Amino acid sequence: MSKHVIVIGGGVAGLEAAGRLSLEGLEVSLLEKDKITGGHLNRWFRLFPDRRDSTEVKNYLDGLTHVNNVRLLTNITVEKLEKEKDHFTVMTTEGKELKADAVIVATGFDLFKSSRKEEYGYGIYDNVITSADLEDMFREGDIVTREGEVPSNIGIVHCVGSRDEKVGNLYCSKLCCVTAVKQAIEIREQLPESKVFCFYMDMRMGGAHYEELYREAQEVWGVNFIRGKVSEASETIDKKVVVKVEDTLAGRPLKMKLDMLVLMAGMEMSEGGKKIAEMTGLKTGENRFFEVADHHFGSNRSDIEGLFYAGTCTAPMNITETISHARAAVSEVVEYLKKS
Amino acid sequence: MEKFGFTITKGRQIDYEANDRGVAGYIYEKEPSFRLCIECGGCSATCTTANMTKFSLRELNILIKRGENDQVRKSIQKCMLCGKCSLVCPRGVNTRNVVFLARQAFQKNGQYAI
Repeated sequence: MSKHVIVIGGGVAGLEAAGRLSLEGLEVSLLEKDKITGGHLNRWFRLFPDRRDSTEVKNYLDGLTHVNNVRLLTNITVEKLEKEKDHFTVMTTEGKELKADAVIVATGFDLFKSSRKEEYGYGIYDNVITSADLEDMFREGDIVTREGEVPSNIGIVHCVGSRDEKVGNLYCSKLCCVTAVKQAIEIREQLPESKVFCFYMDMRMGGAHYEELYREAQEVWGVNFIRGKVSEASETIDKKVVVKVEDTLAGRPLKMKLDMLVLMAGMEMSEGGKKIAEMTGLKTGENRFFEVADHHFGSNRSDIEGLFYAGTCTAPMNITETISHARAAVSEVVEYLKKS
Repeated sequence: MEKFGFTITKGRQIDYEANDRGVAGYIYEKEPSFRLCIECGGCSATCTTANMTKFSLRELNILIKRGENDQVRKSIQKCMLCGKCSLVCPRGVNTRNVVFLARQAFQKNGQYAI
């Protein structure tokens, strides 16, 4: 009889892991809390660094699970997750009970709630939006202020909810810098008359082709980069946003009036992940993501044998890294099931 | 009335809207590599003038972009146009030409003439 594996979370990591497990001849159930799979991928319009359509990746992942007969259970939330001897039991809020020989937790991340940084005025000022809101505008092909006007000066704030002790997140979310560069280019593409200003602490262009994209933003699209953390934003009577920042490279404070301010929301451990941690006692780190067994050679392993991690529930990762991490989780599961 | 010697100092804040960034625009047009500066400071480190005086080409780059023309105008005369800065620039900015064009822009604009 073939062994059964449960994958919790139907985002990029969960889909990749489920599809690959099935390819290995295992019986796989994929649990997703939303109506549809894909997670954050559904909200992003184009992806860095090559600005490809996100549906291409979505289609690849969906294809992988369809072809390989993964049992897909959507609108499902895990209520209880227990291990007894070699078997896992998952109870869902809908009262379903599932048994499995191994589990992959792929509960992903949540975007930082930007309203927590009150000084930037998200949810208070009309024209302060997040990177995710901007993606919606890209999809609609309609970048406008709340008043329905085409913005000419747009600011982008890096590190919103990342590298910030004040919100309890000491870590770098890794993706926001390159997302800012990508979105700055897309704004300039759609609004050639506009000016875009990125306010950054450090430009962390560590991924493949990121630095080249940064250079393209400067060279081809004339995006302006100002080094300094925006300390506060305020709204004028005509609904513009005035930001205060130290231009640290000029060594002088700077004030600028913008038509729109975009906040690069960071990544946090998902609420779903936190619940799993509570019900299982799985360790989480100082950054609240799941603590892996070994940072170098055991980043898929947990402190429960037979339960593995895939993707951003362990740390911020881009899609490439998430897919690799999910594949690695699959090989861990296969190895584990061979032994047991 | 007794004079105490107090004066009102000019604010240090850069008022982006109020500044005239015409010089930067002039340079962007003629030397597009000016956009590529990442303010690493390699140019200033190798600069002979910077080693002897308070001159900093890195700072000059940013001040031009912000339209802080009074400061730029004063400082820019110190450059000897040796071009060593261009040799070290990791982004391939023709820094020597940036200084050259900045001087030209000031020269053309009576208000900022050197």
